[in-house]
Amino acid sequence: MRFLFKTNYEQDIKIAKHSGYVWSYAALLVILLAVPYLLDDYYVGQMTQLFIMAIAGTGLMILAGYTGLVSLGHAAFFGIGAYTEAVLSGNGVVLPFMDEPIIFSFFLSFPLAGVFAAIAGVAIGIPALRLTGVYLAIATFAFAIIVEEVLSRWESVTNGYSGLLVESIFLGDMELTDGLPFYFLCLGVLIAVILFSLNLLRSPTGRAMMAVRDSEISAQSMGVNLAKTKTTAFAISAGITGLAGALFGHKLGFLSPESFTVLQSMELLVLVIVGGLGSLHGAVFGAIFVLALPQGLAILKDFLPTALAEQPGLEPLIFGLLLIFFIIFEPMGIYGRWLKVKLYFQMFPLYKKSTFKRQKSYMKSERLK
Amino acid sequence: MTLFKAENLAINFGGVKAVDGVNFDIKKGECFTIIGPNGAGKTTIFNLISRIYDSTDGKMTFDGKDITNAAPHDIAGMGIARTFQNIELFEHASVLQNLLVGRHCHSKTKLLSELLFLPSVRRAELAHREKVEEIIGFLDLQHYRDSLIMNLPYGVRKVVELGRALCTEPKLILLDEPSSGLNVEETKDMSFWIEDIKRDLGITVLMVEHDMGLVSEVSDRVLVLNYGRMLAYGTPQEVQSDPEVIKAYLGG
Repeated sequence: MRFLFKTNYEQDIKIAKHSGYVWSYAALLVILLAVPYLLDDYYVGQMTQLFIMAIAGTGLMILAGYTGLVSLGHAAFFGIGAYTEAVLSGNGVVLPFMDEPIIFSFFLSFPLAGVFAAIAGVAIGIPALRLTGVYLAIATFAFAIIVEEVLSRWESVTNGYSGLLVESIFLGDMELTDGLPFYFLCLGVLIAVILFSLNLLRSPTGRAMMAVRDSEISAQSMGVNLAKTKTTAFAISAGITGLAGALFGHKLGFLSPESFTVLQSMELLVLVIVGGLGSLHGAVFGAIFVLALPQGLAILKDFLPTALAEQPGLEPLIFGLLLIFFIIFEPMGIYGRWLKVKLYFQMFPLYKKSTFKRQKSYMKSERLK
Repeated sequence: MTLFKAENLAINFGGVKAVDGVNFDIKKGECFTIIGPNGAGKTTIFNLISRIYDSTDGKMTFDGKDITNAAPHDIAGMGIARTFQNIELFEHASVLQNLLVGRHCHSKTKLLSELLFLPSVRRAELAHREKVEEIIGFLDLQHYRDSLIMNLPYGVRKVVELGRALCTEPKLILLDEPSSGLNVEETKDMSFWIEDIKRDLGITVLMVEHDMGLVSEVSDRVLVLNYGRMLAYGTPQEVQSDPEVIKAYLGG
């Protein structure tokens, strides 16, 4: 068991609370830097996909986990990010007074993808100010359907259901959007997004978000501007998800509205709930869950008797069951379990099962009041 | 000197006149108490002052400014802080974070600098922390800094909520039943703290309270409400011997 001896206020502000953080995250970083050289191309691609989902998860976590606003429409921001990136860096924007369309460099179109998604976030955030819980979930759900329709009908820009090719990005001779360089790009963006989120959460705006989540009325009485805080949360969340969408577009190489349906929104929501609402770890754990589980099930199938393995609907069944078990037995998600395992080893052999008993309460956003 | 003044304050919920033409003024540095039977409109007055409800009629003045139509999130910045009858703390946050939210009305850092956690944000955070530590020392909360609210007993939560209100550095603090749910000893502590808030911190106190022992111990003046109307107004002794008040409480 580690006892922290605090001698100044800086210690409570620091991201790395003690030396353990420094070496364990440094070790994780070293592993992540070494992994692509040791694994097959296929697994490098899967890891890249994992980073992209974790970025999107972090975006939704800020909204659902920290501000208590449940969104069932995050695929919309994901899609807006992807299409913005594809259009700006691909066909470019045709302006009436110019002969050639303007094609943006990746380093401009990528942030713009985030900005456009953030603007869409504000657009849905403002009418959503009066809604909470299930009603907000329905409103965001409707918004996602509208965006999906726009993506499929606005054929002059998005090419509708025929799909839109996403141009690869070259940096000199190196293809940035494939293989190793893309792996490192996504890892870099993920780390940056997590660091920005950690900074946000330890400063006044982040605290205001948590205040809004736990009690709107007292947040207001403490001087928190509800409208501003909620809109900011929507903008940041949508912006981050938009960035993930832009990367996702390059990963797919080909966009069609079918990639950004309600199912995708559901998957993101499952990601943050299973990962653990109200923790950034949860976003990463959740991403591992939604990506690794189908893979694991596919591998598992090889070991099952043929009659069972070829049964249709086996995968959704197991996926659904696991989800139900998580909600019942581990409302804090994988992160909650992680904390328990960590404490078990810290306290060994004195760990008491009842330590977490009182904390088995639900987050407000989870309760969908 | 008058710090707060309510003139002809009224609010209707449908046909129910929850508060009906209430007039009172609070002098700087005093402890003013509102008492009355359940449903008399005491908490409604608090919600009117903190602008959670819009009044149907009347005018409120605080510190020379008309606050009748102020935005609810500007009230804290003007110098009015409050606590709630059924504790409204941020359950999933630590005591320290709760108290730091109390500093929110004094934070001026911009979102972009917060995302980068620039030195200016760090300095502001440390300054807020110093203020919060003063309150932690004042209310003896040192043991609980890092505890999550949801793991704390009721009595401590009550004190944390008082602390959070004090962290806004208010001129006027609204305490909604500060002693409800507290045992005899904790009530005693609360009454000392209210005295200290008044005397040492120089904060004017407006409270709603049922415990007449506490009321007569700390209040300078008392307003009695019944069915949203004013029944009596005066020192605790005067009010307790008022025949109208006795009638409202005991019936008959």
